Amino acid sequence: MMEYVWAFLIGGAICAVGQVLIDYTKLTPARILTGYVVAGVLLSGLGLYQPLIDFAGGGATVPLTGFGHLLAEGIRKSVEEKGWLGVFSGGLTASAAGITAAMLFGLAASAIFKPKDK
Amino acid sequence: MEISPELYQDMQDEIAPKSKSYINIPMAFVSGGLICLLGECILNLLTHFGLEQEAASAWTSVTLVFLSALLTGLGWYERIAKHAGAGTLVPITGFANGVTSSAIEARTEGWILGVGAKIFTIAGPVILYGTAASVVYGLCLKLFQMFTA
Repeated sequence: MMEYVWAFLIGGAICAVGQVLIDYTKLTPARILTGYVVAGVLLSGLGLYQPLIDFAGGGATVPLTGFGHLLAEGIRKSVEEKGWLGVFSGGLTASAAGITAAMLFGLAASAIFKPKDK
Repeated sequence: MEISPELYQDMQDEIAPKSKSYINIPMAFVSGGLICLLGECILNLLTHFGLEQEAASAWTSVTLVFLSALLTGLGWYERIAKHAGAGTLVPITGFANGVTSSAIEARTEGWILGVGAKIFTIAGPVILYGTAASVVYGLCLKLFQMFTA
């Protein structure tokens, strides 16, 4: 039961930080998303993100910092298995499912739905 | 009453919608928390049915991305996002929303240079800099190995 509470609290906190950035800096949403992914890679590289996932589950994997962690994890594994080639192949391999899903469903949606009037 | 520029500025600050943070931040917290909670529920459901952690995690992302693309197409995601702010931006659903809405908006410009190119308006920077950062990390790992081996 507590895992759900922590998923809510940690996930909420990560999003609240994003709102603080929107309200108090001039960062655009695209910059925030990019920053979150890079921050996820960095935190994961420093070994700080996996403990957060063990603790908060979806609260840490669902925000885009989790996407960055996935990239870093992929690199870590593939560098071990394939050496130098792994530096190139690891990141996108690990994140392929999410990226492909976004592109595929995005493409499907653009075929089905019409742009809304603003 | 005499209104000095300073006083005017104060009054302006008071009434201007200086993005009401005392509402925005709790809203982002709750909505973002709920999306993560949904992710946690899907994750546990999938592991309950025997999926391994890694596969369950990937399927959770795919499911959330699908839901987000659907809600974006129906125009509901924007309506929620108006109140939720970063709560709907920061989760992977926000990424999917950016990808889907860019694609839908670009429909009128054709399939190749419209949808094909502009679907990456949001995804491009995220994937590019995420990948670049991960390569830098990979290089660090490799160099570390070489000097410690």
